[in-house]
Amino acid sequence: MPAMTMVQAINNALREEMRRDDRVIVLGEDVGRNGGVFRCTEGLLDEFPERVFDTPLAEGGIIGTAIGMALYGLRPVPEIQFMDFIYPAFDQIVSEAAKMRYRSGGQFTVPMTIRTPFGGGIRGGHYHSQSSEAYFCHTPGLKVVVPSTPKEAKGLLTASIRDPDPVMFLEPKKLYRSSREEVPEGEVLVPLGEAAVRRPGKDVSLIAYGYMAQVCLEAATKAAAKGVEAEVIDLRTLVPLDEPTLLASVKKTGRAVVVYEAPRTAGFGAEISAILAEKAIEYLRGPIVRVTGFDTPFPYALEDVYLPNSDRVLAAIDKVMTF
Amino acid sequence: MVDALHIIRDDGSTDPRLDPELSEEDAVRLYRGMSLQRILDNRMLALQRQGRIGFYGPSLGQEAAIVGAAMAMEPEDWIVPQYREPGAALIRGMPLKELLCQLIGNAEDPVHGRQMPCHYVYRKGNYLSISSPVGTQIPHAVGIAWAMRLRGEPHAVLVFFGDGATSTADFHAAMNFAGVFRTPTVFLCNNNQWAISVPVARQTASATLAQKAPAYGFDGVRVDGMDALAVFRATGDAARRAREGHGPTMIEAVTYRLGPHSSSDDPSRYRDESEVALWRARDPIARYRRYLEHAGWWDDGREARLEQEIGDEITRAIQEAERAPPPAVETLFTDVYAEMPDHLRDQRDAFLAPRGR
Repeated sequence: MPAMTMVQAINNALREEMRRDDRVIVLGEDVGRNGGVFRCTEGLLDEFPERVFDTPLAEGGIIGTAIGMALYGLRPVPEIQFMDFIYPAFDQIVSEAAKMRYRSGGQFTVPMTIRTPFGGGIRGGHYHSQSSEAYFCHTPGLKVVVPSTPKEAKGLLTASIRDPDPVMFLEPKKLYRSSREEVPEGEVLVPLGEAAVRRPGKDVSLIAYGYMAQVCLEAATKAAAKGVEAEVIDLRTLVPLDEPTLLASVKKTGRAVVVYEAPRTAGFGAEISAILAEKAIEYLRGPIVRVTGFDTPFPYALEDVYLPNSDRVLAAIDKVMTF
Repeated sequence: MVDALHIIRDDGSTDPRLDPELSEEDAVRLYRGMSLQRILDNRMLALQRQGRIGFYGPSLGQEAAIVGAAMAMEPEDWIVPQYREPGAALIRGMPLKELLCQLIGNAEDPVHGRQMPCHYVYRKGNYLSISSPVGTQIPHAVGIAWAMRLRGEPHAVLVFFGDGATSTADFHAAMNFAGVFRTPTVFLCNNNQWAISVPVARQTASATLAQKAPAYGFDGVRVDGMDALAVFRATGDAARRAREGHGPTMIEAVTYRLGPHSSSDDPSRYRDESEVALWRARDPIARYRRYLEHAGWWDDGREARLEQEIGDEITRAIQEAERAPPPAVETLFTDVYAEMPDHLRDQRDAFLAPRGR
């Protein structure tokens, strides 16, 4: 079983799905000859010259035409080069793809998976670092998926491509090449809508997704050295959310730290906090605490200050443990 | 008045070099389609004023540019509409009652009353669902046509939009993608001179809209949009070229919105009645009738019978549609996803649970 980076695992998932289903189409900026700026689509053009397209530089056009392909029964997998560039396509995603099934009474559907690298940690400044998942989680009709390991990136991407609804597949750039993992050849499926307990613990629940799940694991290791057993929940799918796993953890530990790197206000972690307050408040032994990016544009030189790290998570753990 | 392709002359004769030579049956079918849209518009505007439907967007003046284009497409082709083409939906086979149920938004509307009036959809006729934002459908038409090409299926897509839509980013992206990937798309711009209150001169400094097409690498054709045969001919030719692999075409149908933008609009606020009168004199239905009469296919008796027949059909459809109840509350929650996720199920169940506490 080969050890793969997340980039290689995503490439492997795309290749296998394209082999399995000739309706799968890859399109986007630099995804063909160049194999994508992160190389996620490397070699696909050679194997599928009729189904991989370098498009003009227009995100609205990429998503708008991909919607058309999906309406006709294909399974397009458009790539938006950086999530920071997705806004010209926002109208197409939110007003068209997300609403098509509903507004046509199921007569027309958009089985499309939008892949896009997101998040900070690569010195990308304002425009190569944003985490704008909340905008899409706020839109009924979309599913939102965030992998955090190579193997699960393959399994979740495969499930997304096969899903009958539009899926936002957000790839944490910081994790693209940060580690390798054994990834089986052949079918790997991780169902959408299921969270993972990355590390069991009884004292406090750390709830995160993407790169922040890794940060939480680091924090949990540090906390263990101080005698605090932290449980790490990696949501993996934000919409639809696995509430049972989330609630079971918090009901057990009685404490919750929610970690996300997007700006704090109205971030997806605010929704998590609200759910916990509504459905588990009688189990809570302290306040729900958020560790997040700041309510500023994403910075360049001070990126490490902006991004939550294990020490900030640890401080939050101390706060809820000593409440 | 318009420097554009036209076929029907003032006396009802046709330019023999361009006449598409419709059979009597097809020629009358086109006329019926235009008349149906005209009579439907008048009846629906009245219905709206009586409060029996919430909103309506009429097509008065644009019947030739809508029905003439739709008639030129084959059943396997797709039509990607905006909100002003009920005549095209009816040509594609949408039952009048279904259209009325959409306008009312009742339980027999296939879309369960989820959309405002005039947002028709008819899958069986390859007639796509409509959204309100202007121009967003144009890239879809390119993607559908692209998919047809990728699947090796020799069909074409007709997309309707207006002069206002040519200002949008989606128009540019769609035209550009269509040119680069040579998709079998027919871009039908209904230049009706007004985007609500803004005249076409405020949308573009180009002398024509059709002239934008060559910059994207394909032909733009300007046709007299008040001449149903000219629209039919240009659309049919463009669709044929598309199906044969010769790529996209843009057609600018020069026409006029004789009525309001919608039932909520008062055009006297922004345009002179003298301008409207000028275009009213070029009524596309009257002009087409002269063609039918010149061919010996029409007379006052047939006209009277047609009006009676359409009027009765609409009356019957209204009566049947108004009998249907409002949509079931449960339909608020369905069709958001293929399978209802737990959080939505919880919201539904909590709402529908008996409340007596």
